[in-house]
Amino acid sequence: MLKISDLYVAYGGIEAVKGISLEVPDGAIVTLIGANGAGKSTTLRTICGLVKPKSGSISYLGEEITNVPTEQLVKKGITLVPEGRRVFPDLTVEENLKIGAYLRSGEDLTEDFKWIYDLFPRLKERSWQPAGTLSGGEQQMLAVGRALMGHPKLMMMDEPSLGLAPLVVQGIFDIIKEVHKQGVTILLIEQNANMALRIADYGYVLETGVITMDNTGAALLSNEEVRAAYLGKKRK
Amino acid sequence: MSLTTILQHCLTGISLGGAYALIAIGYTMVYGILRLINFAHGEIFMMAGYFMIFSMASIPWFISVPLVTAATIILGVAIERAAYKPLRTAPRMSIMISAIGVSYLLQNLATYLFTAIPKGYPEIPFLKKIFRIGDLSASLVTFLTPVLTIILVFLLMQLINHTKVGMAMRAVSKDFETSRLMGIKIDTIISITFVIGSALAAIGSILYFTDRMSVTPFSGTLPGLKCFVAAVFGGIGSIPGAVVGGFVIGVVETLLVAMGYSTFSDAFTFLLLIVMLLFRPTGLFGEKSTDKV
Ligand SMILES: Nc1ncnc2c1ncn2[C@@H]1O[C@H](COP(=O)(O)OP(=O)(O)OP(=O)(O)O)[C@@H](O)[C@H]1O
Ligand SMILES: [Mg+2]
Repeated sequence: MLKISDLYVAYGGIEAVKGISLEVPDGAIVTLIGANGAGKSTTLRTICGLVKPKSGSISYLGEEITNVPTEQLVKKGITLVPEGRRVFPDLTVEENLKIGAYLRSGEDLTEDFKWIYDLFPRLKERSWQPAGTLSGGEQQMLAVGRALMGHPKLMMMDEPSLGLAPLVVQGIFDIIKEVHKQGVTILLIEQNANMALRIADYGYVLETGVITMDNTGAALLSNEEVRAAYLGKKRK
Repeated sequence: MSLTTILQHCLTGISLGGAYALIAIGYTMVYGILRLINFAHGEIFMMAGYFMIFSMASIPWFISVPLVTAATIILGVAIERAAYKPLRTAPRMSIMISAIGVSYLLQNLATYLFTAIPKGYPEIPFLKKIFRIGDLSASLVTFLTPVLTIILVFLLMQLINHTKVGMAMRAVSKDFETSRLMGIKIDTIISITFVIGSALAAIGSILYFTDRMSVTPFSGTLPGLKCFVAAVFGGIGSIPGAVVGGFVIGVVETLLVAMGYSTFSDAFTFLLLIVMLLFRPTGLFGEKSTDKV
């Protein structure tokens, strides 16, 4: 579905991504793990057109999308749940969801609201509250719900579990599995490598802008090096 | 001063305040979305004055009013496209300086094209008709200005709070990137903001100059500054704030003139700005967080 080849991204003189290639097959959950500053967010932001790559190519459903503007990519079904949630604080919960469906003008959203509120009953209770007053976990739910309102084919998520209590993290991962079951392809970035690799079909390890390892989720989970570097386990 | 005289001056002040409010909205909306003080806004207002003079020379008022409004909108949006849009990712100071440049450019252009000699502002006959309410008497425009201002502000608030475009405007004013991720074309939304600001400046200009008789290339400077102060006073970024600020400045200025302190009335506006910035920098209805400023 999504194919990146030999992608380079630089901010001014600093290269953040140095020639990565990766693939997200249709219907899969793929995860990208790596330490702080490895270039994970940069990769996602480049895919959705917020950052221009220096070179390399990105294709989606067989179509070259390397320099397509963000708004058009959203229309094609790519969505990003950004790092740090980024809900619109002054808009109500309901308006935040509505704006997620901004491009689906004129369509009836009743069914979609029902779907999202079934996934996140907490949001329903708070539908009239400004999103800025929600707790961190609730904001994360809202960010995911908002992305789903656009009916994405490919949902990219940048550290959805950041700063959340373990129980809430579990809840978020359950939702990811649920959304995946409904046919959405997922590209997930996580610090929480353990949880991410467990639900992923395939994983890539990113270190200072280069992919150093890639394998199935299960294989990476039992890999010695990965365990030492990202799962906090001592080498034997 | 008798009560009637005081009321009479208040009425004049409220009317002036209405025109100020319409212009102040342009400052506050552009600031809200771009975090830019659009120094050229006063000159847009002045140009609307000239547009009206030329239009009314050959076209009746009821066609001139929409025509002048349209021309002012085109001017406002053209300025945004040419002088601000290319600087979207530049530091805020660059775009601010670009705005100051546009302001001087328009002033000099007007001086070159129309000379610095005041040009008589055309009369819309029915607006100058004298009306009486009790002991108060004033021309229709004096009564009409505040009423029209309130109606326009009401419509604008409906647009911003209850329509899809309004929702997009509120979203863009908070977060460009996330707005784009929702599929919102931010350039379109910014242009719409300039359309609204310029249209209100055109209407404000017609109401203001109808009471002032003449336009010069510098006619926009002082009202522009005062309306900017009105926007800061009300809390820049807040539309109700700009409206309250406009009315306060209009009324106080008129009363000071009436009491014989006319030399002091402009100074008052700036005193108000300084006091406000010292004691409540976010203004009456301003946002608490000033992170983006
Ligand atoms: N806007 C920017 N300007 C300059 N450098 C940047 C910018 N954004 C990111 N970088 C740099 O690019 C590198 C990769 O950043 P990125 O945000 O992609 O890391 P990350 O893998 O998402 O890290 P984290 O896990 O901390 O979120 C970092 O060294 C960072 O300092
Ligand atoms: Mg990151």
